[in-house]
Amino acid sequence: MNDLSAGGRARPTLLKRIFTTDDRALGIRYLLLSLVAVIVGTLLSLAMRVQLASPGIRWPLHGPMLPEEYLSLVTMHGTLMVFFVLTTAPQSGFANLVLPQQIGAHRMALPWLNGLGFWIVVLALVVLLSAFLLPAGGPISGWTSYPPYSAVASAGPGQGGGMDCWLISIGLFCLGSWFNAVNVLVTVLTERARGMTLGRMPLTVWSWFVSAILILLAFTVLFAAIVLLFCDRHFGTAFFIPQGDWISGQVVGHGDGSPLLWLHLFWFFGHPEVYIAILPGMGLVSGLIANFSRRPVVGYRMMAAATVLIGLLGFVVWGHHMFVSGMNPYAGTAFGLTTMAIAVPSTAEVFSWLGTLWGGGLRRTTPLLFALGFLSLFIAGGVTGPILALPALDQYLHNTFFVVAHFHLIMAMAGAFSIFAGIYYWFPLMTGRLMSERLGRWHFWLSLIAAYGTFFPMHLEGLAGRPRHYAQVTGSTSSLASLLPMERGVTWAALLLGAAQLLFLFNLIWSTRRGRPAGDNPWQATTLEWRPVHAPVTVGRGPYEYHSGSSEEDFIPQWETASQQE
Amino acid sequence: MLRGAAPLAIPLRDWWMPPNAAAHGVAVDRLMRWDVAAMSTCFLLANLLLVWLFLRPRRKSSAPSPWRAEFIPLGLLIVLYIVMAATAEHVWARERFEGAAPAALRVEVVAQQFQWYFHYPGIDAAYGESRPQLINAALGNPIGLDPTDRHSKDDLVSSELVLPIDREVDLQLRSTDVIHGFFVPEMRLKQNAVPGVTSHVHFTPIREGTYPILCSQVCGSGHARMQAHMRVVSPTVYNAWLATRAKRVGQ
Repeated sequence: MNDLSAGGRARPTLLKRIFTTDDRALGIRYLLLSLVAVIVGTLLSLAMRVQLASPGIRWPLHGPMLPEEYLSLVTMHGTLMVFFVLTTAPQSGFANLVLPQQIGAHRMALPWLNGLGFWIVVLALVVLLSAFLLPAGGPISGWTSYPPYSAVASAGPGQGGGMDCWLISIGLFCLGSWFNAVNVLVTVLTERARGMTLGRMPLTVWSWFVSAILILLAFTVLFAAIVLLFCDRHFGTAFFIPQGDWISGQVVGHGDGSPLLWLHLFWFFGHPEVYIAILPGMGLVSGLIANFSRRPVVGYRMMAAATVLIGLLGFVVWGHHMFVSGMNPYAGTAFGLTTMAIAVPSTAEVFSWLGTLWGGGLRRTTPLLFALGFLSLFIAGGVTGPILALPALDQYLHNTFFVVAHFHLIMAMAGAFSIFAGIYYWFPLMTGRLMSERLGRWHFWLSLIAAYGTFFPMHLEGLAGRPRHYAQVTGSTSSLASLLPMERGVTWAALLLGAAQLLFLFNLIWSTRRGRPAGDNPWQATTLEWRPVHAPVTVGRGPYEYHSGSSEEDFIPQWETASQQE
Repeated sequence: MLRGAAPLAIPLRDWWMPPNAAAHGVAVDRLMRWDVAAMSTCFLLANLLLVWLFLRPRRKSSAPSPWRAEFIPLGLLIVLYIVMAATAEHVWARERFEGAAPAALRVEVVAQQFQWYFHYPGIDAAYGESRPQLINAALGNPIGLDPTDRHSKDDLVSSELVLPIDREVDLQLRSTDVIHGFFVPEMRLKQNAVPGVTSHVHFTPIREGTYPILCSQVCGSGHARMQAHMRVVSPTVYNAWLATRAKRVGQ
């Protein structure tokens, strides 16, 4: 990996290779870090699914799963996936791998900060996973960590040391993400090649740029909230613990804090966070659809504007997570309307993708399959957005499996499919080889079927009133026990989804060594990362100049000047 | 447990929801049916189109006009979003913007890891004071009622929520420890019980029966078993229940 990333430069010393500041090497490392996180996170979720399908099952070397153990699996699964996979892989991994080349820059603007950011994120992951080693186990208050539950160690097992690990880990993660975001912003603003105007930037670059702004603003608020919560836990403050709060037989509330304050701070971060996770995927899919349909993106300017608009509106919708939290119902109405408004630019993007595909005749490669899978899942998860945006319906659906289905489809599955699309597409940049198409197709179809099989039935469970975070559905009022057959079906689909990823892992390892050599510009793409020579370049055209109709040369890359063609 | 089988037995008529038992639920259900149907149609149409475009052989013609591909369908969906928002906000406003009528039956819901307690104010229609220091479930005072307060003399604390049919209920929610979620699927009602905050929801049960009360906000290892029952009965049965419970308090 390092030999490749060093690419022609003098062979660096061991220390320099470990603490590299080379952006391509860092990109690959971020992706590998995400791979570790996604493997752990997936195994945790499969353990949860097995528990839900057969409550009381005896685990080898362990015995039955306790409810708090189940909750710590939920918490760690969510935290790993949201932060260390869906934020890290597209925004840190792909951006480092591709962004400087895509804008014709020599390298990232702040390499030292970039390298430091990576090791901070590694440390954050280690701190988070170490919570499992504590005697009381990992934190159990979910990835949202609502206080006072998360503010008082005696509120539950794992809420002591485990919760501290969570807070420190996420605090570190904020720091690492800032470094990456500052680096991305400065690079886009100052390092673009001559002629690479804003209006010629690929939509991926627009997405990374907007996501970086969101990270700076949103993670700052999260960091502040984490510091306040940490003070509540250890330094006797009461930002989030109300007067007279009584936990486990003791009065712990001596100040006059408000748990709702945390909800506001957390979701002010939490909602932009889902756009941080999905915007790079949206930008990538725009480019892939243009490439494999050999047509320019329909409405490029509108797509760039929609990306910015989604980013802006993303900051005024956080209250839709709080319709039933005790927030003023008038505020519920306002947040419902802003949330409906954000559906408009998102819908516009969907129509642009469909419009680009309109003429048919697609090159059905694996990256395109995953891009189309992203589109299908994005629509599937998107259509439930306007339903959950309505407080009148959310008062029934809030915190049920309907919501679980919604965000897993639109953020987790669509996000994962866009990451897969990116890896299949950019694999030649990392290894000089192509991934196996045959394995890729199997991986795609099995994953698509299993993803729908896993998450579609969850809508029905949610409509039936099944709440989240239940270690088993056979509760004392027995209203949910009838869902057990469906839980089993979902578990089988989830196991298939997990198993299908073994194909991907195998493909990854096999293709790194034995994959077909990619050569220059294997996808006949137009953007600068596929430039055969990395010399200074002058950009004279837009990012998606594909012209269907003409036979052989149906595209003009951004690095070609007018004189070079014909 | 016929009701327990309801989600599977009549999935289509009620869109998988357990049958509604609250007055405002009629409007909520109508909204849910229309909106889920509309968005499911969008999902199906878009995905069928996607499959068709995937299989379609190449066509010579150039890109579609932005009007046909972009602005007209987007305009149609914006109209749909506006209709959805307007109808739903109307239901929300009617249900939540104003409090209960003065004549409503008042009950306080007290959430605690991992129990629901229902605090009836008694004949004086005033809740007695409670203090966290006095909480002691073993001594029969799970919500910490202050016995020296004159309003608490006639108060009832029950672990089951018994309500008369067709009478509006004003629920006052609070929590003694962490955030819990008060969720009664059949009443189409959910509201968090937040420590330090007293919030109100009101509704009118319109069907007799026993309905599960679930906790919808993760609150600890007992979250999944933090369940109770809401029993909706005739006014006669309700008064009889109240009288027996009152007698027990008096002793």
